[in-house]
Amino acid sequence: MNEMTQAARFVGQRVPRKEDRRLLTGNGAYTDDITVPGMLHAAFVRSYIARGTIKSINTDAAKALPGVHAVYVADDLRTLDIKFLQLYSSPTAPAPAMWPLADGRIAHVGEPVVIVLADSRALAEDGAALVEVDYESEEPVVTLEQARALTKAIHPDLGVKPADTMIVPSDDAMAETFAKAAHVVTGTIRHQRQAHSPMETRGVVAQPKGTGELTVWVSCQSPHMAARYLSEAFNLPAHSIRVIAKDVGGAFGLKVQLWREEVAAVAAALIANRPVKWIEDRLENLTSANQAREQEVTVKLALDADAKLLAADLEYHSNIGAFPHGIGANALGMMMFPGPYRLPRLSVNANAYFSNTCGEAAFRGPWMVESLARETMLDVAARQIGIDPLEIRRRNLITREEQPFTTCMGTVLNWVTPRETLELAVEKIDVAAFRAEQAKARTEGRYLGLGFATYVEPTTMNMGGVLSSEWAQVQVEPTGKVTAVISTHSQGHGTETTMAQVIADELGVPFNDVSVFEDDSSRGSFGAGAGGSRQAVAGGGAAIHAIAILKAKIKAIAAHLLNASADAVEIESGMIRVKGVEEMTTSLASLAATAYFETPRLPPGMEAGLTAQYRYSPPPFVFSNATHACVCEVDRDTGVVKILRWVASEDCGVMINPSVVEGQIAGGVTQGVGGVLMEQIRYDADGNPTAATFKDYLVPGIFDMPEIEYCHMITPADNPGGFKGIGEGGAIIGPPTIINAVADALSPFGVRTLDLPLSPPRLLALMDGAEAK
Amino acid sequence: MSDHKIRLTVDGGPVSKTVEARQTLGEFLRDGCGRTGVHLGCEHGVCGACTVIVDGKAVRSCLMLAVQADGTEVTTAQGLAAPDGTLSPVQQAMMDEHALQCGFCTPGVVMTMTALTAGGARPTEAEIKAAMSGHLCRCTGYQGIMRAARKLAGVNA
Ligand code: FES
Ligand code: FES
Repeated sequence: MNEMTQAARFVGQRVPRKEDRRLLTGNGAYTDDITVPGMLHAAFVRSYIARGTIKSINTDAAKALPGVHAVYVADDLRTLDIKFLQLYSSPTAPAPAMWPLADGRIAHVGEPVVIVLADSRALAEDGAALVEVDYESEEPVVTLEQARALTKAIHPDLGVKPADTMIVPSDDAMAETFAKAAHVVTGTIRHQRQAHSPMETRGVVAQPKGTGELTVWVSCQSPHMAARYLSEAFNLPAHSIRVIAKDVGGAFGLKVQLWREEVAAVAAALIANRPVKWIEDRLENLTSANQAREQEVTVKLALDADAKLLAADLEYHSNIGAFPHGIGANALGMMMFPGPYRLPRLSVNANAYFSNTCGEAAFRGPWMVESLARETMLDVAARQIGIDPLEIRRRNLITREEQPFTTCMGTVLNWVTPRETLELAVEKIDVAAFRAEQAKARTEGRYLGLGFATYVEPTTMNMGGVLSSEWAQVQVEPTGKVTAVISTHSQGHGTETTMAQVIADELGVPFNDVSVFEDDSSRGSFGAGAGGSRQAVAGGGAAIHAIAILKAKIKAIAAHLLNASADAVEIESGMIRVKGVEEMTTSLASLAATAYFETPRLPPGMEAGLTAQYRYSPPPFVFSNATHACVCEVDRDTGVVKILRWVASEDCGVMINPSVVEGQIAGGVTQGVGGVLMEQIRYDADGNPTAATFKDYLVPGIFDMPEIEYCHMITPADNPGGFKGIGEGGAIIGPPTIINAVADALSPFGVRTLDLPLSPPRLLALMDGAEAK
Repeated sequence: MSDHKIRLTVDGGPVSKTVEARQTLGEFLRDGCGRTGVHLGCEHGVCGACTVIVDGKAVRSCLMLAVQADGTEVTTAQGLAAPDGTLSPVQQAMMDEHALQCGFCTPGVVMTMTALTAGGARPTEAEIKAAMSGHLCRCTGYQGIMRAARKLAGVNA
């Protein structure tokens, strides 16, 4: 099963992380840790109405407060020409007009209306409390149901219509397939709204420097993307903006792009010509930062008498709030619905709607609805047909022999092992033993359940645009130590470590001699950073290519200096050897010293120094895959779900660092479990958010997760290194896995568990309702 | 608003400063003492990221005022490693077990574990996990934290 061909020294090892020492000793450098001389602190006055107009704003008292330096409303920012860019919008979706501060109209509670700059955060908040805003309130559009009704425009400039629509049409042949199918299975899955809730909230420090130059520290997913965003938003030359983000306390899609508050703080800094810091507090983060996943999808499956899939029809609706980061009807989620299954036909009618709520943002596996809908409905289908949920998967999953396999949506799957990971998970669980235990438990009035779910994940998407490439520069310093600057980024992914593992192996140097930097837009070239599980494939690929160039140069220099053939030169553990001539061994450090400081000794015409760079354009998709399994118990008296076992059986190709891989899976699964069992952003009828603290917005704690059991398969893809992305998979497959486990536990009640979250009250109501019948 | 003079020990060194009555201990340690390893994740007492040790007890520094720390001895994550850089047993266990990703929750987690294991105390794994239920980590699913807890409890040591 282990197809790893190349013997590696650091790749594949559970190397301790380079990041950990500074983070464990409290010496990280997060945005709020930055202080610059003369810095002012910003606080926002935010709208408490969800929809309406601003009649007047009185800032006099705030301006008069000692310690307050400036109070800006929308008009005060007009000296700047600020454009908002939705980086990942669907090409068919028009964007609403946007301005950093509310410009007359209000579209959701929490919209920033006024920015106050003061000597301290406390004084800025004091000032904000003195601002009086008079609103004319209108009845808001809050729920998905209200948004779908399309009764009034959320953005007057866009009119009354869906924000975006994506259709894959059905036809007569498909209608006939459904009419003649042995089994037709229908169901609707509803996912409530979730908040990313990174432990570090959003934040920015903007320091204007001379004419039009700006240094910005910002909690983001890519310093390069942030710099590019700001340069376009403010129409400033690209390299006049330097963005620094050393440590970022989690992002999960929320920090892919800067939004109104960060842009407003930068604008305020430019206008005041003073450094400005804004650090979001948790209340703001849960009520004003963009959110995710409020969507429902109605699935209709046609299956033949053998439970083989014939066709699927999807109707998708999503509430994307007022100002989403990207406007779209989740086209990728729809396209990915076939997943790792033989599904001959698919039709889709997908719609996204604006509403008077917080805007949507990508959240770890933003297309996860495909796995959610498919995997939960396969279980519904299995129960309806009367076969085991494992059996329906076995009959429909593609195998290695069928690859490359083109799905009905035109996606090509290759080097994936969905069937194999399923069987590994089945073996690990010991299904027969579980079923016996489950039957016994039921006689005691206890409800145990087992759920499986399988997916393929398109990682490292290169769909053109900013996702087209990543860049790496690898340099042997005059000391022989190696520094690499890579255009990817980490918000906990550990790429300082994993990229150093790759570089150490590829170049032939000790791991401890390699330092990786990704934290500064001025120290390297553009890249999309973190997002779409791309660092290993795209960053690693760029590094591997750069090292190939660098190695060729090192070998040429060594061959010239040692009067040997370049083919006979080997680099290992920082030493340079000539095959068979041990006494010629020299260190990389001494060769580097020559390359920098004794340039006449280099081969004629060769560039001095030891630096190589490469911009790598990855394949359109590199697919990773997994099957997860969960055993849970639903308490009949409380409705509480306890997860007893979790098995993650995955294949992300060559694992650079298994501990990092497992960490990514565990974090994603836990967020997915949170989304199914407890996390819920709620609004009241007036559009007021009612989950505004961590006491109301529940995220999983240590007792909500068991220790995860892993099965790893290693099937390299054909990209450099054979890596595949793993950052999002857990969040994609976690939800249907736990839902299927709960559904199995509650199967004696004959209920469906497709309305999320599966909170204790909801599960109690389901069980009570079924028993009452 | 009133100002107050306070004297305390932070990570073994004396500190004497004037603080506003409304300033929390967490803000004071960050802004007044350069202890930016004290992280403010919620400022309402739920996430645990701001945990420090005050007179031997793990305390949420967002729920305590700086003036209340007058005369106390405060330890933060920046005061645990030996002068030669050797990590404390808790820090080392966390590193060995890959118990952190973004590191934002980490200093708080470290301080709670440090308070529990201070002076050679051997709490049970269950006791450490119970204490960890007061910490939110959005990255790790607590997997490495559970392993570190076991290690510190001596079960798998
Ligand atoms: S910041 Fe103190 S508990 Fe969250
Ligand atoms: S490591 Fe990121 S919040 Fe715990």
